[in-house]
Amino acid sequence: MTRMIDIYSILPVMIVAGWALLLLVVDLWIPRHRKGITALLAAIGLAIALGFVLASSGNTILGFNQMVVLDGFSSFMQVLFLVSGMVAVALAYDYIQRMNINHGEFYVLMMFSIAGMMLMSQAYNLLMVFLALELLSIPLYVLTGFARTRLESEEASLKYFLLGAFASGFVLYGTALIFSATGQLDFVGIAAVVTAGSANSVLFLIGAALLLVGFGFKIAAVPFQMWTPDVYQGAPTPVTAFMSVAVKAAGFAALMRVFLVLFPSLSEHLTPILWVMAALTMIVGNIVALAQNNIKRMLAYSAIAHAGYILMAFVAFGNGEVVGNTVAATLFYLVAYGLTSFGAWALVIVIEREYGKGILLDDLAGIGKHYPWLGVAMLVFMLSFAGVPLTMGFWGKFYLFRTAVQAGYIGLAIIGLLTSVASAYYYLRVVVYMFMKPGEPKLQINPWVSLVIGVAALAVLLLSLIPWTILELASRAVLLLQ
Amino acid sequence: MPLGYFLGLSAIMFTVGVLGVILRRNALVIFMSLELMFNAANLVFVTYASYYQILIGQIFVFFVMAVAAAEVAVGLALMVAIFRTKHSIDIDQMSSLKG
Repeated sequence: MTRMIDIYSILPVMIVAGWALLLLVVDLWIPRHRKGITALLAAIGLAIALGFVLASSGNTILGFNQMVVLDGFSSFMQVLFLVSGMVAVALAYDYIQRMNINHGEFYVLMMFSIAGMMLMSQAYNLLMVFLALELLSIPLYVLTGFARTRLESEEASLKYFLLGAFASGFVLYGTALIFSATGQLDFVGIAAVVTAGSANSVLFLIGAALLLVGFGFKIAAVPFQMWTPDVYQGAPTPVTAFMSVAVKAAGFAALMRVFLVLFPSLSEHLTPILWVMAALTMIVGNIVALAQNNIKRMLAYSAIAHAGYILMAFVAFGNGEVVGNTVAATLFYLVAYGLTSFGAWALVIVIEREYGKGILLDDLAGIGKHYPWLGVAMLVFMLSFAGVPLTMGFWGKFYLFRTAVQAGYIGLAIIGLLTSVASAYYYLRVVVYMFMKPGEPKLQINPWVSLVIGVAALAVLLLSLIPWTILELASRAVLLLQ
Repeated sequence: MPLGYFLGLSAIMFTVGVLGVILRRNALVIFMSLELMFNAANLVFVTYASYYQILIGQIFVFFVMAVAAAEVAVGLALMVAIFRTKHSIDIDQMSSLKG
């Protein structure tokens, strides 16, 4: 029997999914040259869902026989996903017209993917985790290949598809082994069986490790990162921006929920693995980024490196004393990184003249002189990525490092600091190209894209003056996690 | 029959699937290997659904089948699209993205 409270608990997800289905039909009557209407309708749908998320935040509800949960954590993540979706729509509107891939399905697919992410943050049963993972991934495979007949886009899409499905296979087999070890699929039941000590510990551990591999692909942690640069480079740039923020956040949402609720008892075995993964991710991401001269590829490696910083704080997931800080610092970092990342990708969209053209470092020459405010905005984003004080990126890294030190992983924090210093080289190189090299750039700047750049730059600067407000919001999300 | 047989068979299927994805070069064969991984998990689900006498294990398999079908639809469409452009689905030749 479905109760009203069940419906209420997943109302925002239902709105996004239902709105996307309607939009798919409505789009048929919208002529090709007026797809702005579809974009506007998609943004309205996301805004309505955002309103419902905000209205229902603060409650804790287990819905549909503990299939889904509504709590502070899920509300926080859903706000992040919905805002990312709206920013991505704003970025995509002009871009897909210029690149002549102006189909209304673009926005619909993006909404389906957002519905998957929102469900992921609410999943409280391994079946829901798997379904949400697929719902967020499958539309993204299509979005990556959206510029089809362009080889880069198609190749990126096929690579993303094959490795994404590979990762799903690992998640699925891990889920199967956890089911075989405990006879349960919902988190409450599994946790109860594990606490009672009646689970088959070998199968349970292998299952947890396989889940870690699967989620590792989604968050692009080394050694599961090899798809990231190719996919980020080949996909349409607004899709890349969306992936680098929202998909990464969704991956971490799943990782946190599953590991903090189900696997604290395995921390003895999993912590060393996570330690090595975090260290490798920070080192490989930052070192390889040094050698890139394609901005999209450079930002892709930078995205890998930033996943490493978050993993650094996540290593302590089994330590009950600092786990609250871990989650708060991670949520804070996802916000800080999301703001910075959307700003930087919006700038790539501005300078990208043709599909995949004009995004080398040399193409930045002269922008600082001819478009000073773009140059200054990019300076802000690069400083934030590098973690320089007076930006959100600094506070994000500060909280992550603090958590790692609190948990006693000082070696890891040192690796993080050293790689951050190394990363300043390639971030500042972008600024050097913009301001120091002579060039005559010709840019057409769409007002929506400039709005995103302006708001992101201001937010990165101004919120850094009051970082504790967001940290407090994130900490309140933590209390309701378990 | 003891549970170990079923678990062993599914582990072999999963390993063959993983090796297939890593070693084979034809996108369609990789795709078949992926299905093998999914079905290895399905075998575990039905085995333990019967062992624990819990229905959700069997229900999970239906969900996996539906999701796999959706993935096949997208994956084959991608392969058709790329075959039209490149006249090949050999993943060793997918090298236009480099850095």
